[in-house]
Amino acid sequence: MSSHPAAVQARAGISLQQQRARAAFWFLAPMLVMLAFVAAWPLLRSITLSFSNASADTIFNGNWDWAGWKNYVEARPRADGSIRWRGVLVDPKWWNAVWNTVRFSVMSVALETILGLLVALVLNAEFRGRALVRAAVLVPWAIPTIVSAKMWGWMLNDQYGIINDMLLQLHLIAQPIAWTARPDTAMIAVLIVDVWKTTPFMALLILAGLQMVPRDMYEAARLDGIHPMRVFWRVTLPLVRPAIMVAVIFRLLDALRIFDLIYVLTPRSEGTITMSVISFQNIREFGKYAEGSAQSSILFLIIAVFVVLYIWVGKVNLTGEGGR
Amino acid sequence: MTDKIRSAALRSVALAALAVAGNAVFAEGIEVTVVSGAVGNAVANFEALVAPWEEATGNTAVLVPMPASTTDQFGQYRLWLAAQNGDIDLYQTDVIWAPQLADHFVDLTAAAQEAGLIDANFPSIIESQTVDGRLVALPIFTDAPALYYRTDLLEKYDAEVPTTWDELTETAARIMDGERADGNADIWGFVFQGNAYEGLTCDALEWVKSWGGGQIVEADGTISINNPNAAAALEMAAGWVGTISPEGVLAYMEEESRGVWQTGNSVFMRNWPYAYLLGNGDDSAVKGLFDVAPLPAGPGPDGASAATLGGWNIAVSRYSPRQEAAISLAIYMGSAEAQKQRAINEGNLPTIQSLYEDADVLEANPYMARWQDVFLNAVPRPSAPVGADYNEVSTLFFTAVHSVISGSSDANTALAGLQDDLEDLLED
Repeated sequence: MSSHPAAVQARAGISLQQQRARAAFWFLAPMLVMLAFVAAWPLLRSITLSFSNASADTIFNGNWDWAGWKNYVEARPRADGSIRWRGVLVDPKWWNAVWNTVRFSVMSVALETILGLLVALVLNAEFRGRALVRAAVLVPWAIPTIVSAKMWGWMLNDQYGIINDMLLQLHLIAQPIAWTARPDTAMIAVLIVDVWKTTPFMALLILAGLQMVPRDMYEAARLDGIHPMRVFWRVTLPLVRPAIMVAVIFRLLDALRIFDLIYVLTPRSEGTITMSVISFQNIREFGKYAEGSAQSSILFLIIAVFVVLYIWVGKVNLTGEGGR
Repeated sequence: MTDKIRSAALRSVALAALAVAGNAVFAEGIEVTVVSGAVGNAVANFEALVAPWEEATGNTAVLVPMPASTTDQFGQYRLWLAAQNGDIDLYQTDVIWAPQLADHFVDLTAAAQEAGLIDANFPSIIESQTVDGRLVALPIFTDAPALYYRTDLLEKYDAEVPTTWDELTETAARIMDGERADGNADIWGFVFQGNAYEGLTCDALEWVKSWGGGQIVEADGTISINNPNAAAALEMAAGWVGTISPEGVLAYMEEESRGVWQTGNSVFMRNWPYAYLLGNGDDSAVKGLFDVAPLPAGPGPDGASAATLGGWNIAVSRYSPRQEAAISLAIYMGSAEAQKQRAINEGNLPTIQSLYEDADVLEANPYMARWQDVFLNAVPRPSAPVGADYNEVSTLFFTAVHSVISGSSDANTALAGLQDDLEDLLED
């Protein structure tokens, strides 16, 4: 009657490792169901619709048919024998939106990362009233985008906007600038608002990383008489790099699908229309569910490619295990 | 604890029972919802407008205000209607929407006939809302734009009311320069609706049509927009931006241009009649200092004054569970009584013929006596020939126009591209 551990295990039929995995599965199950419901199902539905001819009139009663790749690309012979290419993939309006989105994402994320890092360094220092400043810095992030976009829209107005008034008072400009209306300043206006709103978010994530840096490393650097700038480049930056990389990826995901800010601040301006806005326009204003869904599906693919590239090139460690 | 919950539950059951009983016995106390864009003082006036109907029927009317942009309104309405939403009973619809949304609305012919509204209205307006013999929306007011001008400034500079666009450009520049030299730094010559939305389609259609450049897509379906007159008209408008018009006009809708005008900062404005009463309000800087005229004409033998036909109607949703009450409210809103109230309080042009001889209406809006001709000859947007594609046609048009007036494209290139895009869209 020996109770050898192996025998016990054989009786139970599973190892401890397997038991843990099974328990973990049950803990995760509700979230997986939830994700399937709010993420996987809508995504699959978008992809399905992108191969259909669904429109506002047929989407709810199900009277739509399959259209193959027609929404993406289609060669249409014309009466005179020539061929005209149609579909999202050959639509210059779509590629203009892609270019706008990428341009916006790269510029806004770069600016927000640099400013966020600066703010985080300041907030990481010891000074009186630090808690208050930390809370105050977060205010822009706490305001809903729709509200802040509308607010900035008024502040940037050419007739009564406070920004123009201040610039005029300072004699920096001679004429009020119609920030959101001019094609050359519309993107700048959008960037200003986005940077204002999202820098606190970056600062917060980077600050969390900064607080993980052991104090004694600074202590040691100070005893060795190393220049603070050198300390920043050699100690601080490498140690907060993982935090910055994760912060950047969050922001990039957000920026690539930007919708609300642009929809409120510069609706239908060709200089700022993004992938999400053009897809919304197709679905909602033109009732072209199929074409809009094709654009959403490509948007999804583009974001996926960006993330994979970023993780691969930056060797980002998203699991939080191992590391330095 | 459980007692509390139980009593709360009992109370709500009792309330619900009471509500059901109330409906069944008295058939009143019904809440009818009306959805409408919020422009001018329409929201503020709604309560007073529907009060007589509420009193007569014992029902209540609730307004659901929507964004001022008609493009945004249309998107939302089509979504609700396609989803057969029963929460909204009445939709305030633009004159161009009837062909696109007809299937979702109740035929009001019989009810309107009974109320005598078919005969009382201008036949052309009733016709515009009739699709396949069904009256899908009842007219509540019509719209034809006006050139608003400052009588005091024109007098000061001894200028005539412009009858051509060239005169307008010249007069606006002269008065603006003179006023600025006198220290009025905020004054502009001309404001209109230059944002990329349905309103720009209306403004630009007027420019193009008045130059003899057609009406984008003609009644027989021919795409006519790519022509030298249309290009010249758009180049003219592009020349205004930054000279007699503020650059911000590229982002103005009706209310933004009225904002500049009503604070006394523009010599001329293109806008709909609703701005007339508001401009004469007590809080207006231009009260008593302006009048209206038909829009200027284009040059040459083809030139004529053109006004885009606007106007709003009320339609009853097929999916409304309160159809009887909804139809009764629609009939009331289209009645002479409600239209008169609207004309006096909101400055909207009535669609009932007799109201153009009504002393009270004319006292509030003296110009209306000479406005019948303007809207009866107004140019329609091409909603009939392009049908369900109208929204996209309009978006392609105003996007092209916006690219010209904002200087990112020249008129010939933009119109050639527009012609191709329209052919692409309309050939299938």
